[in-house]
Amino acid sequence: MQVKIALSQIYPQVGNLERNLEKHLHHIEEARQQQADLIVFPELSLVGYYVMDLVSELAQTPSEQDPIFARLLKESQTIDIMVGFIQEDSRHRYYIAAAYLSGGKVVHIHRKVYLPTYGIFDDARYFSAGNRLQAFDTRFGRVGMLICEDMWHLSSGYVLWMDGADLLLCHSNSPTRGIRASEDGRSTVGRWVDVILQSYSAMFTTYVVHVNRVGYEDGKNFWGGSSVVNPNGDTVIQAPYFEETLLLHTIDLAQVHRTRSVNPLLRDERPSLVQAELERILREQTQ
Amino acid sequence: MPNFHTEMPTHILPRIAINVALAEQILVGFIRDQITKAGLSRAVLGLSGGIDSAVSAYLSARALGAENVLVVRMPYRTSAPSSYADAQTVIDDLQLPTATVEITDMADALINRFPHMSNLRKGNIMARMRMVVLYDQSVEWGGLVMGTSNKTEFLLGYSTIYGDSGVALQPIADLYKFQVRQLARHLGVPAPIIDKAPSADLWDGQTDESELGFTYDAVDQLLYLLVDERYTVEEAVAEGFSHDFVAHVWRRVKANHYKRTMPNIAKVSDRTLGHDFLYLRDWTGR
Repeated sequence: MQVKIALSQIYPQVGNLERNLEKHLHHIEEARQQQADLIVFPELSLVGYYVMDLVSELAQTPSEQDPIFARLLKESQTIDIMVGFIQEDSRHRYYIAAAYLSGGKVVHIHRKVYLPTYGIFDDARYFSAGNRLQAFDTRFGRVGMLICEDMWHLSSGYVLWMDGADLLLCHSNSPTRGIRASEDGRSTVGRWVDVILQSYSAMFTTYVVHVNRVGYEDGKNFWGGSSVVNPNGDTVIQAPYFEETLLLHTIDLAQVHRTRSVNPLLRDERPSLVQAELERILREQTQ
Repeated sequence: MPNFHTEMPTHILPRIAINVALAEQILVGFIRDQITKAGLSRAVLGLSGGIDSAVSAYLSARALGAENVLVVRMPYRTSAPSSYADAQTVIDDLQLPTATVEITDMADALINRFPHMSNLRKGNIMARMRMVVLYDQSVEWGGLVMGTSNKTEFLLGYSTIYGDSGVALQPIADLYKFQVRQLARHLGVPAPIIDKAPSADLWDGQTDESELGFTYDAVDQLLYLLVDERYTVEEAVAEGFSHDFVAHVWRRVKANHYKRTMPNIAKVSDRTLGHDFLYLRDWTGR
């Protein structure tokens, strides 16, 4: 099965829901005109990243009752959409969330599990952490979503892999750190993220899609460089650094079958062994 | 005056080297972003004839278009004529709109009231007079005041609070002097500006490195280890720096932290600026 994916590498403006929605709709329209099946936006694409004390006023409930989601759900009648937003739950806790919309419905919501709170990051000051890592069914097969720091943990991709995901959709607000001459033209963090995505795809023999934003928030810049990595661990396409871009790429899910014929890592994986050993380790650590 | 002009390691310099093309892209984009978010299209910048303000001018011209960058020369009577001439080479190369506002009368109005004023006080007055001129010009010109400070001088506190640090944005303040030189070569800054001894040009024959007591190459390597790589003082000494030098530099970094932060606000209310009223500075631009 061929899936044409649009990677929407946009510059969301902090706190400006209306303007950000306009930007989403513009890229959705452009992607639709190019016959894309799925469009992926960056982490917190509707609100920007360093929202700080704006969290409560920017939060949404992803349903028809929310005017912004009503509009996106309407668009999802003709193109699947992965969008980033702040989710408020019924008891007023706030999550960094990714919604997968298709056929006018909210198919799945992933809440960011790992909230980076170190260095330039302060997620846990403002947000609650998600507690689930679940794959879900789409018209393209089973998919898993991860948000930024989630994908820096090997276990996140592993759990989604075990849950049947053959396509991992990741999105980020990744700020540039390190522009060493000794790197091969990439930023230090850009090289690191590429390695993570390639490792995921090679070790899980899955497609990995990553969409990172661009632009500036105070002095920090987001580097973009969104990419698609095939099940062999090859980066098959990558968007430019720093520029707003709509990048389209068609993946062939039959490649998953071909790669796994050569390299049956999934067949030979032993989750029960992992479970038993983890249980032993956790038991021993609490003694 | 400290003197650490002894043998220093050089093996850390390659680790400091930056990808200048990426730096240019990020910094040009930053300038454009900050000016646009302020609802403006222009900047004003003090051009001394030195490398830092030259690099800031080249970046600003690329970000905004040369016609939108007003450079202001603000000589004092003791400023070296060669500095003025060096600034002219940048103006000629970039075709920048230019103003010259001599600060001698303004500065001397205060300096002459206090006989035997130290060079430190005079230097601070000059730096603050220049800040006043730039902010005044910024209103007339309709642009933000561009910072020209680098990371080395900021960390060492080798700057005047509310003087050269009184600006609206800081494009090169995360670059060590070594990296500023690298970027200057990449941007095409005239070679004499890159190669001459850095100087605040406050009195005849002054150079940064003689006043500081060490070279920029030496201290840049050390600061890189202490700040960027989070080395301890002992770990830095093990790389070949003298303990006295490392201790002296780290003491300077700590002692001058107040120059790099906003003044503390005494908290009494339920919600206080800087404590728990937390928004991006860019928030004003939305």
